[in-house]
Amino acid sequence: MSEIAPSTTDAPILRSENLRKSFGPIEVLKGIDLDVKRGDRIAIIGGSGSGKSTLLRCLNFMELPTGGKVFLEGERIGTVRTARDGSQSVTYSERELMSVRRRVGMVFQQFNLFPHMSSIENVMEGLVTVMRRPKSEARARAAHELERVGLSDKLDVYPGRLSGGQQQRVAIARALAMDPEVLLFDEPTSSLDPELVGEVLRTILTLAEDGRTMLLVTHELGFAYRFATHVIYLYDGVVHETGTGEQIFRNPQKEKTRAFIARSSEFSL
Amino acid sequence: MGYQFDFSMVVKILPVLWRGVLVTLELWVICLAVGLVLGFFVSLARISPFAPVRLAGRSFVELFRNIPALIQLIWFFYAFPILIGAQLTPFVAAALGISLNTAAFSAEIYRSGIQSIERGQWEGAMAIGMSRADTFRRVILPQVFRRMLPAFTNRAVEVAKVTSLASVLSVHELMYQGRVLSSTYYRPLEILTTVGVVYLVMIYPMTWTSSALERRMRRKA
Ligand SMILES: Nc1ncnc2c1ncn2[C@@H]1O[C@H](COP(=O)(O)OP(=O)(O)OP(=O)(O)O)[C@@H](O)[C@H]1O
Ligand SMILES: [Mg+2]
Repeated sequence: MSEIAPSTTDAPILRSENLRKSFGPIEVLKGIDLDVKRGDRIAIIGGSGSGKSTLLRCLNFMELPTGGKVFLEGERIGTVRTARDGSQSVTYSERELMSVRRRVGMVFQQFNLFPHMSSIENVMEGLVTVMRRPKSEARARAAHELERVGLSDKLDVYPGRLSGGQQQRVAIARALAMDPEVLLFDEPTSSLDPELVGEVLRTILTLAEDGRTMLLVTHELGFAYRFATHVIYLYDGVVHETGTGEQIFRNPQKEKTRAFIARSSEFSL
Repeated sequence: MGYQFDFSMVVKILPVLWRGVLVTLELWVICLAVGLVLGFFVSLARISPFAPVRLAGRSFVELFRNIPALIQLIWFFYAFPILIGAQLTPFVAAALGISLNTAAFSAEIYRSGIQSIERGQWEGAMAIGMSRADTFRRVILPQVFRRMLPAFTNRAVEVAKVTSLASVLSVHELMYQGRVLSSTYYRPLEILTTVGVVYLVMIYPMTWTSSALERRMRRKA
């Protein structure tokens, strides 16, 4: 976030300029500018339907943006084509999108683990199918990632036999195994029973200690405050206010931000 | 009822019935194998992003699902040769008709199976950089096979029954042998009853498996 105190390093890893997304006639993202530098931890907060998920999904191209530009390590994603009438459109090759999605990992609210694979097979899958690593190497790496999220004793257990918190940690290990440059979390604890939220949040905090670059959509404002180097308040498809956790949570400048924080704090701060 | 049962002659005809059983099994296995493989490709056509391909898949399925199987078999034996200018043996005509019929029904099983897998599975795989093809092969299909196993065994039962229609083309399968034997010996009651029991013995294990699988899936869900 360029307008905020400069981050630890140089050029942004991930950057969007005037990012737009429409579903049919409805514009959900209305021009988002974002600068994510190495080591940044950005919490995205906002009301339901404000476009938080859509923003994340456009950043790893699960959804294709309908306007604007996205840069990964300074490289523009997509190929611009100019039609004969001078109008421009952006096309994406599947190969390019696959590579972007590998480099920008994502953890979902619903985990989306593969139910027919054990924990370790879930984590190995990308290493074997995408990275073409030999099985034995992939297995060792997967075991290491599962250990990192505290699941060394669940390697051969299937997702159906894991608690929600454990499933989410497997999903985090699966994303980590791909060595992503940026990790996106879309409400990773929203579908968990309250007593399981803590273990997942602690796992995310250990990633923060390792200096990982992360974007996190969450309704847990207390956690966002502890976690984030930057906070973005999204309102109706635009960045309404942005700043450090201190600025957004303790001293919001705009009326809507203040109202949102006040409304949410009754539950979570 | 003064009818004198004579099941002793059933022992005499057993070798002939056994030959019929072998032909029935052969037809069953061939049609099921061809139907399941072909049906898979038809289901891919059914969900293709290209409208003309989808229409072709759809037409194939509706054609074979909505015309009685008996007519399909007779058509392949008497009408199809005129189109291609070559005679088919009764066995080949029957195998062709039943296989295509099986393909149409299996295609619908695959399709509903594929469409029943949650979007999240595609997204989970795509989020680690997997291609659509790899996702389909490694993540979606294995779940389709599992989920649709009861439907497939159910289809296998139906195919076994449909093979009996091949008797009208004089394929020497179980039903045909039964009909010929009963008119040779003038003992339709004993012989056709025996034939029915033989079908029951062949098919029931499959039916049992199918419903056992369904029960197990329900318990898991
Ligand atoms: N695939 C889609 N097709 C049509 N409309 C969509 C689609 N995905 C999202 N939308 C719409 O876009 C808007 C923003 O959705 P989005 O999921 O990004 O909101 P959100 O901020 O994540 O909300 P929540 O906090 O409820 O998760 C909503 O009005 C939603 O209905
Ligand atoms: Mg959302």
